[in-house]
Amino acid sequence: MAYPQAASSSTTSGSPPTVKVILTETDLQRVVDRIAHQILEKTDGADGTVLLGIPTRGVPLARRLAARIAAFESVDVPVGVLDVTLYRDDLRLKATRAIGPTDLPPGGIDGRRVILVDDVLFSGRTVRAALDALSDLGRPSSVQLAVIVDRGHRELPIRADYVGKNIPTARTEIVKVTLAETDGIDEVKLLGEETGTK
Amino acid sequence: MIKHLLSAADLDAQHATLVLDTAAELAAVSGREVKKLPTLRGRTVVNLFYEDSTRTRISFEAAAKRLSADVINFSAKGSSVSKGESLKDTALTLQAMGADAVVVRHPASGAPHRLASWVDGSVVNAGDGTHEHPTQALLDAYTMRSRLGRVAGLHVAIVGDVLHSRVARSNVLLLTTLGAKVTVVGPPTLIPVDVGPALSPDLRVSYDLDAVLPDVDVVMMLRVQRERMNDSFFPSTREYARRYGLDATRMRRLPEHAIVMHPGPMVRGMEITPEVADSARSTIVEQVANGVSVRMAVLYLLLGGK
Repeated sequence: MAYPQAASSSTTSGSPPTVKVILTETDLQRVVDRIAHQILEKTDGADGTVLLGIPTRGVPLARRLAARIAAFESVDVPVGVLDVTLYRDDLRLKATRAIGPTDLPPGGIDGRRVILVDDVLFSGRTVRAALDALSDLGRPSSVQLAVIVDRGHRELPIRADYVGKNIPTARTEIVKVTLAETDGIDEVKLLGEETGTK
Repeated sequence: MIKHLLSAADLDAQHATLVLDTAAELAAVSGREVKKLPTLRGRTVVNLFYEDSTRTRISFEAAAKRLSADVINFSAKGSSVSKGESLKDTALTLQAMGADAVVVRHPASGAPHRLASWVDGSVVNAGDGTHEHPTQALLDAYTMRSRLGRVAGLHVAIVGDVLHSRVARSNVLLLTTLGAKVTVVGPPTLIPVDVGPALSPDLRVSYDLDAVLPDVDVVMMLRVQRERMNDSFFPSTREYARRYGLDATRMRRLPEHAIVMHPGPMVRGMEITPEVADSARSTIVEQVANGVSVRMAVLYLLLGGK
C-alpha cells in the first residue's frame, strides 16, 4: 500500500501560466551584495554572527552571503545548515518528506547572533519551524532573518530583517527562485495564471 | 512509503535505503542536549508485547518518545490476555483507543499480518515467532553501513540457529535486497531444508564455519534458541560451541576489517566467547544504540506523512 503523492500541479484552470522574470542573474548578485552590506552595517561588523541556511536554496544563499561578507571586510562568518522538516506543522497534510542534514558550524549557536537565510518568505511557517528547531539546538543571543523575496500573505507574526525584494503577489501565483548551485541558473520568476481566469 | 512494516521483504532497495538515510539524520538527535523532536506530537504508539523482550521494547519506546508520540506499553502478563482475551479482541480495544501505530511482538508467526487486517493504524512487526524481525535487520544493515561504509557487495555470514531465527530470515531478505552476499552457516539440523530457494536464489549454505570465516566482511552470530527447541538438535552444548561458537582463535581467521555482530541477547560461552564479544571488532553495543535511530526512522516514515 503506497501513500498517494501530493498533487504537483498548480495550474488547474487550463489557461497557460504567465511567466515574469523579476530578478535576473545580475539583479540577484546586487541583491546578495546589498544584504551582505546590510548585515555588516546592522551587526556592526558581523562579529559573533552565524549564518544558517534553510534547505534547499537557503543553503547556497547563506554561503554566498558569507563569501560576499568575507570579500567586503575580510570577516569569516561561519555557515551552517538547518533542516526544519521535523518541526513543520504541515507534515500530516502531505506525503512523508525526506529529512535533510542539519549541520551547525563548530562552536555551535550558543550566545551567537544567528541569521536564518531562506529564498522566499511566504506564510512564515517555515521560519516558525526554524525558530523551534533553533531552541532545541541551543540558545542564540538573537535571531534574525534574511530572505531574497518577501511575497506577503503572512499567516504568522513574522517579518524579515533583510529583504532582497518585496513582490506583491496573488496567493495563487508562485515565486520561483532558481540558483546556479541547485538549478543551474540564477533567476527569480513569478509564475501566475492569465488574468481573468480566477 | 509503505503502510505497515511486517516483513523485510516489504522494502525494496530504494525504501530500505530511505530508512537507513533517515536513521542517519535522526542519529544526530541522540548526540544533542535536547534529545526530543516534536514530529509525532499527538500520535499514539502502542507496544503490544506477547513475548519477553528488553532491548526491542525499550528501543521502540525510546524511539517513539524522542519523536514526542504518546507510548502505551502493553505486555501480555498482567493484562486481559492472561484472562483469555484473543488477539482480535485486544486489537479492537487498541483500535477503539485510537492507536496510530501498533508495534507487536508475538510468539506465533504471522500474528502481525492478522493484526494488520484488524486495525486502521500502521503495524510494525517487532518479532513474530520464528518468522521475521524486520527492524532488527534494518539496524544490522545500518550498523554495517556505518562501520564498513556500504552494504552492497559485502559478504555476510549468519551463523548458528538459523532454523528458529527470525533475525536470520529478515536479514537474508534485506541484505540480499541491498546487494550483499549472504551465507548461512550452522549444523545441518539447524538450517532449514531448501532455505536457499525459499528466501533468495543467491543464498549460500555452509556447514563449516572455519572454511567461511576468511572470506567474510561481517559475521553475525545467532543465539541458540533453547526455548523454541523441543527436540535435540545437537549432541551437547560443548560440541556446539566447539564447532560453531566464535572464540578468539576463530576470530583470528577473519580478515583484518571484518566485524562481529550479535542481535542479542547473547549466551556467552555458547555461540560467542566473552573475549570476542568485548573485542574491538564487536558491534554489539553499537547495534543497540543504532536500534533507536532506525526505529525512529521507521516510525517517522510510517506516521510522519499523510
